[in-house]
Amino acid sequence: MRNADLNSGGSKQRRKERIDRGIKARSSDVFALSSWREMLYLAAPRFIPIVGCLMLPLVLGIYWQKVLLSVAVFALLAISWDILEQSGMISLGQALFFGMGAYAAGVFNHYFGWSPLLTIPFASLLGGMICTVILLPVLRLRGIYFSMVTLIIPLMLVRIVEATKIFGGTEGLSGITPLPSKWLELYLIVGALLGALFGFRRMMGSDYGLVLKGINDNDRSVMNAGINIYWFKAQALFVASSIGAFTGAFMTHVYMFVGMPVFALDYSILPIAAAVVGGPGTMAGATLGAFILVPLSEILRGIGGLRIVIYGLFLVVFIVALPEGIFHYIQRKYHQFERWVEV
Amino acid sequence: MFVGTVVYAVINSVILALLAIGFNLTFGISGVANFAYGALYIFSAYLSWMLLNLIGLPFFLSAIISILITTLLGAMMYRFVLQRVRGQALSEVIATFGIGLAILELFQYLGFVGFEYTLPVFIDNSFMIFGAYVDMQRILIVIVGAALIIFLWFFTHHTSLGLAFRGIAQDERTALSLGINSDRIATLSVSFGAGLAAIAATIIIPLGSISPSEGYDVLIKALAVCIIGGLGSTGGVIVASFVIGFAERFTDSYISSHWTMIVSLAAILIVLSVKPSGLFGKQKELEERI
Amino acid sequence: MKPSPLLRVAGLYKNFGGVQAIQDLSFDLAQGELLGLIGPNGSGKTTAVNLITGFVKPTEGEIIYRGQNISGLPPYKIIRRGIARTFQMVKPFYQLPAYKNMIIPLYSPRVKKMVGGKYGDRDAVALDLLEEVGFERDAFVAYKSASVLPQGYLKRLELAKAIALQPDLIILDELFSGLSLAEVASIVPIIEKLRLEGKTIIMIEHRLKELFRIADRIIVLNFGEKIAEGLSNEVMESDAVKKAYLGAEA
Repeated sequence: MRNADLNSGGSKQRRKERIDRGIKARSSDVFALSSWREMLYLAAPRFIPIVGCLMLPLVLGIYWQKVLLSVAVFALLAISWDILEQSGMISLGQALFFGMGAYAAGVFNHYFGWSPLLTIPFASLLGGMICTVILLPVLRLRGIYFSMVTLIIPLMLVRIVEATKIFGGTEGLSGITPLPSKWLELYLIVGALLGALFGFRRMMGSDYGLVLKGINDNDRSVMNAGINIYWFKAQALFVASSIGAFTGAFMTHVYMFVGMPVFALDYSILPIAAAVVGGPGTMAGATLGAFILVPLSEILRGIGGLRIVIYGLFLVVFIVALPEGIFHYIQRKYHQFERWVEV
Repeated sequence: MFVGTVVYAVINSVILALLAIGFNLTFGISGVANFAYGALYIFSAYLSWMLLNLIGLPFFLSAIISILITTLLGAMMYRFVLQRVRGQALSEVIATFGIGLAILELFQYLGFVGFEYTLPVFIDNSFMIFGAYVDMQRILIVIVGAALIIFLWFFTHHTSLGLAFRGIAQDERTALSLGINSDRIATLSVSFGAGLAAIAATIIIPLGSISPSEGYDVLIKALAVCIIGGLGSTGGVIVASFVIGFAERFTDSYISSHWTMIVSLAAILIVLSVKPSGLFGKQKELEERI
Repeated sequence: MKPSPLLRVAGLYKNFGGVQAIQDLSFDLAQGELLGLIGPNGSGKTTAVNLITGFVKPTEGEIIYRGQNISGLPPYKIIRRGIARTFQMVKPFYQLPAYKNMIIPLYSPRVKKMVGGKYGDRDAVALDLLEEVGFERDAFVAYKSASVLPQGYLKRLELAKAIALQPDLIILDELFSGLSLAEVASIVPIIEKLRLEGKTIIMIEHRLKELFRIADRIIVLNFGEKIAEGLSNEVMESDAVKKAYLGAEA
C-alpha cells in the first residue's frame, strides 16, 4: 500500500509517498455497495473494455476491422504466453502452437471437408495435445530447455515443410472454407479474447493459479506439498497451447489458407513483446500490450523490417527498465496517488 | 561415395561443434543462455566484411579486429543489460533474445543481403582426401576446430581462470564465498562465447555468404547440438555434433537433402524422450536439485 | 507381538559421485514414536530425510512405509501416503501473506481425500491452522507478508504447512535452529500436541538439550553411518558419539 522513495532536496528532506486513493479504500469489500460512485469505480475497468471491444467492430472501417482481428489474435497469443510465464515456462515459440492449430484446421478442412465450426474446436484441442506431448519431456528440466526447444521446433518445422512438401509444402493449402460471415469472424475472436482475458485472469487468481505460480517461485516447496508439479505444468501447457492453436485454426479460416508462414518468428515475437510491454503476470497487461503494439506495427508498416528491430529493442528496454509493464503502472495510478511529504 | 560422405560428415560435425561451443561455454559457466549468439556470429561476419571492403584493411586484420570487437560487444551486453537482470530467468532470456533479434533484423533492414556479402577463403586450394575433393578451407576448419576444442578443454581443466569458470558453473554460492567475482566471470563467459562465435564465423562464413537468416540457422544448430549433447558439457557438444553431423550428411547422400532437418528434429525428440538432459547432460532432474 | 513398524529403513546406501553420504543405515520407527536424529554437520541427516521423502533416490537399500516399499517413488507420491517434512532452510513464498502460503499444501490431493469432497474455504482452514501453531489471530499476524515475518514465525509457518498435509509421519529438519529459548519453549507444546494426536515424528536437531527432553529414542549419525542408537543418556555416554561430537554443544 505504501511506498516511500527518499529524496533529499536542500535543507528539508522530502519523501515521496504512495497512498491508496480514498475511493479504493471505500470500495473494498462489501462497502462498494454503499454508493454508485464506488460501484462505478470498481465496474469501470471491467465494463469499459468489454463494451469497448464489443462496440469496436461496429464503428471501425474494413481496414481497421482487420487490424482488430489481428489485435485479438496476438492478444490471445500473449495471454497464452503469460499463462506459461506465470507457471515458470518461458516460451519463445508461440508460433509452434499457432502453426499446429493452423495446420490442423487446414488439414481437417482441406482433406476431410469439415466445416470451420467443427475444425476450429478440434484443431485447438488437437494442436494443444500435440504440442503438450512434444514438450512434456522438457518440463522436468530447467526452464531454459523449454525456451530453447520452443524456439527451435517451429523454425525446424518451417524448413521441414519446405523440404518434404508435406501438407502443400511451400504453396500450402488454399481454398480453405471461410467462416459463414464477417461479423461472426470478428465477434468470435473478440468474444474469445474477452472470455480468455477474464476467464484466465480468474483462473490465475484462484487457488489453482496460486499453485502454478508457486511452482514458478519454489517448485521444491510445491513438490513437498504432495503435488505433482509436472502434471500441473502439463495442464498449464495444454491450456496455453490450445489457446495458441485456437488462434491458428481461426486464422486459417480467415485467410482461407495455411502454409509455412504460420510457424514464422513473428508469431512468437510479437506476443512476447505485447506481454512484456503491457506487463507480464496479468492477462490484462498482455491484452493492453497487443492493443498498443499491433496497431503501432500497422502504422509503421511502411518502414518494413525495422519494425522487428524496434520490437527487439522494446523487449530489451522494457524487460530491463520497466519490467512491471504499462498495465501495472496504470493500475497503480488508478488505485494510488503519490505526493511529496516532508520528513 | 561412402568415403566421401564420411569425410564431409567429419567436416560437418566440426562445423557444428564450432558453432555450438560458444553458446555451450557461456551457459556452462555462468548459466546465461545467450540467445543473441547467432546475431553475434553474423555481426562479426558483417563487421569483417565492412572492414575488408569499405575500409580496405587486409583480411587477416579485419578478422582479428572483428573478433575483438565482437568479444567486447558480448562483454558490454552483459555489463549493461544482463547484469541488471541477473538471476531472473525471464528477463535474461527475453533480453538476449531481443538484442539478437534487433541486430539480425537491423542488418536485414539495411539491406545487407546478397551474394557479394561473403568473406574470402584463406587459401584457395583443394585436396583429394580418401578419394573426395576437399577444399583447403574445410580442412582449415577441421584443424582450427580441433585445436580450439583441445585448447578449451585444457583451459577449463588446467588454468585457474578456467577452474574458476567451472566452479561457478557447479555451485555459484560456494564459488562466491571463495572470493570469485560472479559478475566478472559472467562478463568473461559471455564475451568468450561471443568471441568464439566470431572465430567460428571467420572460418565458416567463407564457405557461403553472409545473410541475417544465417544467424537464425546458426542459433538453431547451436541449440540443437546443445540440447542433444547436454548443456554445459563440452564432451556432450562434441559427441552431439558428430551424431548430428554424420546423420545429416548420410541422410543427404543416401536419402535426400530435404530430409536432413527432419533427422535433426527427430534426433532432438528422441533424446528428449529418452534422456531429456542430453547425452552427457549434467542437469539433474528437478527433484535432485537440493 | 510387536506391531510392525510404521517406517523401516533397511541397508540404505547413498553415493553422490564420489561421496558416500549414507552407509548401511537401518532402523525401525514405531507408530507414535518421537525419534531424534542427531550428528555432526555433514553426517548425512538431511540426506537420510531426502531419501525417505523421495527427493533423492537411494543407491541401495529399501525404505518401507506401512509395509510398502517407497524407495524410488517421486516425492509427491510419498507425501501423499502420509509423510510430511520441513526444510532446514525455510523458503516461503515471500510475496504472499502467511496464510496464502498455506493454500498450496491445502491444495494437495491428500488433503482433499482426507477431508473429503468439496473442501470449502481454504483461507479459513489456513487461518485456523496458523492459529494452532501460534500465529496470534487478534494481531492478524497471519495476514502479514512472509517477507516481513521473523524467523520464529517462518519456522512455525513451515511446521503448519507440514501439519496441513494431515500426515502420519512428520519429519522436522532443524526446526529449532535460529530460535531463542523462549521460542523453542513455545513450539514444544505444539509438537507434544501432535504426539497426543498419534503422529509419529522424526526430529533432526543440533539443540540437543531441548530435543532430549521430548525424544523417545535417539539415533546418531556420523559420516553417513549410524554410530549409536538408544535412549538419550545411553547414547551420550557412548565413546563413539563423544568422539564424533568433539566441540559440539550438549
